[in-house]
Amino acid sequence: MFHDRSPIYLQIAEGIKNDILSGSLEEDQQVMSTNQYAAFYRINPATAAKGFAQLVDEGVLYKRRGIGMFVSPDARARLRAERRERFFAEVVAPMLDEAKRIGISVDEIVKHLGEK
Amino acid sequence: MSIEIRELTVRYGGTVAVDGVDLDLAGGKIYGLLGRNGSGKTSLLSAIASYRKPSSGIVRIDGEEAFENPRVARRTCFIRDTLDLSDSDRLRTALDLAARLRPTWDGSYAAHLIEVFGLNPRKRVSSLSRGQRSAFGVVLGLAARTPLTILDESYLGMDAVARTLFYRELLDDYLRHPRTIILSTHLIEEVADLFERVIIMDRGRVIVHDETDALRGRGVTVTGPAEAVTSFVAGHAVLGEQSLGGVRAVTLDGHFTAGDIERGEAAGLSFGPIGIQDLFVHLTSQPLEASR
Repeated sequence: MFHDRSPIYLQIAEGIKNDILSGSLEEDQQVMSTNQYAAFYRINPATAAKGFAQLVDEGVLYKRRGIGMFVSPDARARLRAERRERFFAEVVAPMLDEAKRIGISVDEIVKHLGEK
Repeated sequence: MSIEIRELTVRYGGTVAVDGVDLDLAGGKIYGLLGRNGSGKTSLLSAIASYRKPSSGIVRIDGEEAFENPRVARRTCFIRDTLDLSDSDRLRTALDLAARLRPTWDGSYAAHLIEVFGLNPRKRVSSLSRGQRSAFGVVLGLAARTPLTILDESYLGMDAVARTLFYRELLDDYLRHPRTIILSTHLIEEVADLFERVIIMDRGRVIVHDETDALRGRGVTVTGPAEAVTSFVAGHAVLGEQSLGGVRAVTLDGHFTAGDIERGEAAGLSFGPIGIQDLFVHLTSQPLEASR
């Protein structure tokens, strides 16, 4: 589930964001408690808590005192906007770099995508 | 229970096993103690558990000096290789004794663990295999539920299934009953996810004490044309390096910013994070004899 080449709390935060983007976690839906999460994924609860705290800081989750943590109503839209912004820099740009290195023109890429 | 260690030294004759260690461990966390054979792990744990008097320095548990302090001893459980049992005892007898000595003992949890590990309480300690002996140590350590529980390489001889059961029980019981747990191990990769913090010992000293998560991705390998690598890594702590032809790969202890990495990649370098196990190996791979 987790690898140990980057902090697990970041991997947890990323995983929950992906669940929100894909719709498997809905807005205003309650997420697992840190202890449930720790027991499920076999990790230290403090590590899980740090991942959730990060998401609360970013406004992706919100807390209801004594009840638990929930997905923020605007989380999906905000995450989509963020990811769309990063898409060209982080996904398209490296692809274009690689294409340039191996002599594939932009026209060829466009043609290929047109066939999809 | 919180632990405060000041200038702790443990000597055996001319050998310095623990060399002037300062360490503060906040209560209620699971700690992983890592180190090579002979790095001083067991000596440090023995001093924390008051099984050994410090040659100098002091160990305080919840603010009280630990050595020969019955209030601390009652609330501390140290499980080591020997199990501190007599070989002729039956497991049942050892369990009854633990129940009498430990106010926090949970008999029904002990019975559950005995079953989980497939142990027979009517057997004698002497008849246990190495792995069963370790499993019985885990039963005694976890069912004691002491506010300070120390398990010194409690997996020795256990097969992969038994170790998985051990880690599962440890985490589940900790989630139900949070307490201070220190676990020493060589098997870093399979258990690191359970540790909130990691302590690494090398030649009697504590060289790392940090959040486990902070160690993930702390080391990085920079690979590329030798000259470009050399100029890029100048000023960083180098843990290891190798060269092949004109290519050089250097492992560093430290972080780079996204900007650094972008600059490096533009110069033809590639970056790879290293895991905790590799970081540990790099940090502790000097010959043990060097400082003795």
